[in-house]
Amino acid sequence: MGHLSWIFVSTLLVNNFTLVMFLGLCSFFGVTGKVETAWRLGLANTFVLLLTALSAWFLNAYVLQKTPFLRTIAFIVVIASAVQIVEMAVKKYLPVLFRQLGIYLPLITTNCAILGLALFQTSRAYTLVEALVFAVGAGLGLTLALSLMASIRERTELTDPPVIARRMGLVLVIASCLSMAFMGFAGMGSAE
Amino acid sequence: MTAATAPVAKKDDAPAFDPGAPPPATLFQDVWRGIGKENPVLVQFLGMCPTMAVTNILANGFAMGVATTFVLVGSGLFVSLFRKYVAHEVRITSYILIIATFVTLADMLLAASFPDISKALGPFIPLIVANCLLLGRAEAFAAKVGPVRAVADGLGMGLGFTVSLSALASFREILGRGTILGHPLFGPRFEPWVFLMMPPGGFFTLGVACLVVAYVIEWRKQHAPREA
Amino acid sequence: MSGHEHVHGGGAAPQVQGKQTPAWKMLATLFLAGAAAGILVVAVYKVTLPAIQKSAAAKVDGAVREVLKAPATYDTLYLVKDALVAKAPDGIDPSELPRAYVGKDESGTRVGIAVVGEGPGFQEIMQLMIGFDPATGTLIGIKVLDEKETPGLGDKIEVDPAFMAQFATRIAPIVGVKGKAGAPPNQIQTITGATISSRAVIKVVNTTVARWQDLMQRYDKGATP
Repeated sequence: MGHLSWIFVSTLLVNNFTLVMFLGLCSFFGVTGKVETAWRLGLANTFVLLLTALSAWFLNAYVLQKTPFLRTIAFIVVIASAVQIVEMAVKKYLPVLFRQLGIYLPLITTNCAILGLALFQTSRAYTLVEALVFAVGAGLGLTLALSLMASIRERTELTDPPVIARRMGLVLVIASCLSMAFMGFAGMGSAE
Repeated sequence: MTAATAPVAKKDDAPAFDPGAPPPATLFQDVWRGIGKENPVLVQFLGMCPTMAVTNILANGFAMGVATTFVLVGSGLFVSLFRKYVAHEVRITSYILIIATFVTLADMLLAASFPDISKALGPFIPLIVANCLLLGRAEAFAAKVGPVRAVADGLGMGLGFTVSLSALASFREILGRGTILGHPLFGPRFEPWVFLMMPPGGFFTLGVACLVVAYVIEWRKQHAPREA
Repeated sequence: MSGHEHVHGGGAAPQVQGKQTPAWKMLATLFLAGAAAGILVVAVYKVTLPAIQKSAAAKVDGAVREVLKAPATYDTLYLVKDALVAKAPDGIDPSELPRAYVGKDESGTRVGIAVVGEGPGFQEIMQLMIGFDPATGTLIGIKVLDEKETPGLGDKIEVDPAFMAQFATRIAPIVGVKGKAGAPPNQIQTITGATISSRAVIKVVNTTVARWQDLMQRYDKGATP
């Protein structure tokens, strides 16, 4: 398997951002009531992840070379600002798209998947192309996890679980099962 | 008379405070809140990313708890000290800046003093910035009270976080590896529950902890004598 | 449950003050917060940097000595533009370059080189320090620097000393065999229950040795024409 396709498959399935790396859990548990909402949020996330990969890469290559200790601070500030600028731009120039994705954008800024992407691509010293593939894989992986979770939760809505499982208990155990299913992808790409 | 319509009208001196400010409490209550009924992990489900990602062995879970406590106390202190000078419109950005600073400090101090743990936690230490608990406490508590209370609250929340993480991590390490802090506990015949060491084990352990907490709350509701 | 709720929830309360903050005050706030943050971070960075660098260097040093079976001394060669050089060219930070550690015995004879190799494991990229003799491809020793294999199964590649010990004296390219002891000159017995992790190690060793053997041979030709 080629290097780039390995990064893609690894991020999408083997090391799925949400189910294996535990990134972006706030939206995973908070916004997975409906499939429709879940995949839209996933796609909005993918878009922001791409943007983050791009800005974090340039920031890291040209600005933070001599000051690695400012990485965390710079990443969080730049990402938060970038998302806000994009939000304003989309609102002004693409009102239709904004109506579809806009409400999710502020939600994404506080998502640890975004900062996680920037930190992981830096610690793994990805090139620009690798970072972009990584971002797409992570975003689609997030979309996949959110949609799967939402489609299960749409059905558990109709069930009658014990009182103690009504809040997070049931959802966490379902997440555990989904995560276990994703463990099955481990080993892809490493054997001949 | 205090507002009779308010759901919790326990204290008569409450109106002396800003609306939205936390009610007065002793320091002990400020600390205890985070450990007990407002426990960030088991009750509020804040900061779940580190809660599950680094709790497969006790040393990592404990280190993450201590690092988060450090950031909570430091950022709480600074947010509280500067609360009168921070322009309202840019307060969130300022809080994030303060939090990110303390996270960077925690990251460097950990790397200098415990390189092995720092390597095992990797990017999850910088990720403390994105832990909802930090911004939540800065905005909801530290920005509205004096520095002493802010530190007490940070300490309490941090202790609650550390205790919960250590408990989850001990459970996973003892059953998932048959060790505690790396010391073998059982004989060679013990077959470790590898599942618990892997990501699904993280979701599972927190799920079980959550069910237990919900059970205790439910049991108390039914069995405890009614309070006046 | 998530941060944004706090942000919005808290945002409503302090509006009581009601008046607009002037732009200069917002900028001043951010500037002061940024400056204070910067000073604090730089100060701690200066204090902690030596300790961090020291522990990183000690780690590499320990790994090199382990995989080359305690050489008397070792030199460092840097990889620049697909060729090895003894000294990093000016303007390039040597700590960024891939390198080979050339181990020597007391008489100054080369015993082997140690290089870092990496490749996909069961879950994540694994990183190994590999010591071998570039003339023959004979392995001297290998050590796992970083792995995220399944605890209790795949991580035996790191914690099971018998697996790692097999590599010494084997000649690359090596092959993995299942269920029986690996015979010289090039067989390694894979770990039961961790075949993929074992094969991943073998693959990393083979590709790394092949690559650096070629680089070293070209370097030797250039160094002693």
